[in-house]
Amino acid sequence: MDRRIAEERFFKGLMYVSLFIVLGCLISVFAIVIIKGIPSLNISMVTETPHGGYYLGGGGGILNAIVGSLYLAAGAVILATIISIPTAWYLQNFPRSSRFASSTRILLDIAAGIPSLIYGAFVFLIMVFLQTEASLFWGIITVALFLVPLLTRAVDEVMQTVPKKLMDASYALGATKLETVFHVVTKQALPGILTAVLVAFGRGIGDAASVLFTAGYTDAIPVSITDPVATLPLAIFFQLSTPFPEVQERAYASGIILLVIVLITCVGSRYLSKKFTKYCVK
Amino acid sequence: MNETEISIKNFSLYIENRQILKNISVDIPKNQITAIIGPSGCGKTTLLRSINRMVDLYTPVLAEGEIIINGKNVLDPDINLSLLRKNVGMIAQAPNPLPLSIYDNVVYGLRIHGIHERSALDTRAEQCLQSVGLWSEVHDRLKDPASQLSLGQQQRLCLARALAVEPEILLCDETTSALDPISARHIENELICLKNDYTIVFVTHILRQAKRLADYVVFLYLGELVEHGPAHEVFTNPQDPRTKAYLEGVFG
Ligand SMILES: Nc1ncnc2c1ncn2[C@@H]1O[C@H](COP(=O)(O)OP(=O)(O)O)[C@@H](O)[C@H]1O
Ligand SMILES: [Mg+2]
Repeated sequence: MDRRIAEERFFKGLMYVSLFIVLGCLISVFAIVIIKGIPSLNISMVTETPHGGYYLGGGGGILNAIVGSLYLAAGAVILATIISIPTAWYLQNFPRSSRFASSTRILLDIAAGIPSLIYGAFVFLIMVFLQTEASLFWGIITVALFLVPLLTRAVDEVMQTVPKKLMDASYALGATKLETVFHVVTKQALPGILTAVLVAFGRGIGDAASVLFTAGYTDAIPVSITDPVATLPLAIFFQLSTPFPEVQERAYASGIILLVIVLITCVGSRYLSKKFTKYCVK
Repeated sequence: MNETEISIKNFSLYIENRQILKNISVDIPKNQITAIIGPSGCGKTTLLRSINRMVDLYTPVLAEGEIIINGKNVLDPDINLSLLRKNVGMIAQAPNPLPLSIYDNVVYGLRIHGIHERSALDTRAEQCLQSVGLWSEVHDRLKDPASQLSLGQQQRLCLARALAVEPEILLCDETTSALDPISARHIENELICLKNDYTIVFVTHILRQAKRLADYVVFLYLGELVEHGPAHEVFTNPQDPRTKAYLEGVFG
């Protein structure tokens, strides 16, 4: 047989195997979480806060963690977006050859690779220094801190894909760099920016390590930014670490809730970015 | 004797230590169409982008000599680029509508230059779309994305957008090369109408197009200005052997 055809078959086979591994892992994670969680999933899970003795098998739900996670992730993403987008704008002002811009990008990439636990430990040090308690505020700061490099680089990459000819059109009419980045680059990159923001939300809501020391944990729904706050990943962690099978089962049910939130975010991001591509130039 | 609009004097340009344009001197006449011709890679685009100072947008360049418009040297580092480019419009090779609606494309430059009053924008948008013959085609869908127009319509939109800020000079870089022949003719005819009010510098590597449009011709070859003069003189009686060869199609 022809060697090139054999090669073709070999690599095709290899691709099927990789695809199978990726999809297989994903499906088994979903399947296990759903199979183990479904029996304990009920309406009070999402409508009630934990009653006394919840972690020993008592009644109630994890509304505290659901609301807490939403507050925390939303706050952190808003804060991170406010910091990231101007940073990304600023990076667009340098020519591709700029040493400053490329070193900033490398630094951000490194920062994005640092485990979120380290950010948690860092903020915890500040908290110790200021002698304050874990709260929603510090949780938001920590999550925002580890989202900023991710988000900045994601937005920066999207903005860099904006064709030069679009920027030329704006410059040729007398627009300044700022006006061009503001009106043209951001407009064209908007669907990508939205996707990046919602992916960041998914990252923020799913992260346990960063909020372990900084956000605290409580059975109540926070009413102020200085209150401690429960989060879904930690709720899952605490429930899993009890010795009671029925409480462990609730951990999986909480996992389903977290998956659903992330899923809604993904679908929402798809929908929104479709909506905002209307004016984009292909 | 014709008035001069753009006076280029001993202009040389280097990019990354390579000399792209070599000691170019030419006076571009007012209210005429000047065609810059020459084989591809000879520096036509670079020369055009020097006139509105777009050359040094993304890459650092070194320039010598002068390009004088309205008594000011555009190569002066202190020049107000925004006002320069308001006065010197440019239409690119491929249509480049902004990611906005048709209407917002036309008034983009006006807004940049501080005009926000709705009625003023409306009037100007209609005028400019009329003058490129696009109004009747788009007046009922001004809010649609500009990218939905056909390429030919997009290029006319770009022309309208350039006209909106009332420039004196229009730079066209092979503005019809991405278009079908009918749209290309459309644009050519509009440029001919516009030359009463504007000075047009038109880059092309298509000789027939240059013959149709040009009043004045500048022939560039390998970054050098080989010959320039009124179109009929250059086309019927070229002085330089390289021009003669080019017109006979030797360099393609
Ligand atoms: N940004 C740039 N960096 C390096 N070389 C360039 C750049 N722009 C143009 N050149 C060079 O300048 C020469 C002229 O290019 P150009 O003006 O685009 O020619 P034309 O428009 O006549 O085809 C070419 O050799 C091209 O490689
Ligand atoms: Mg060119």
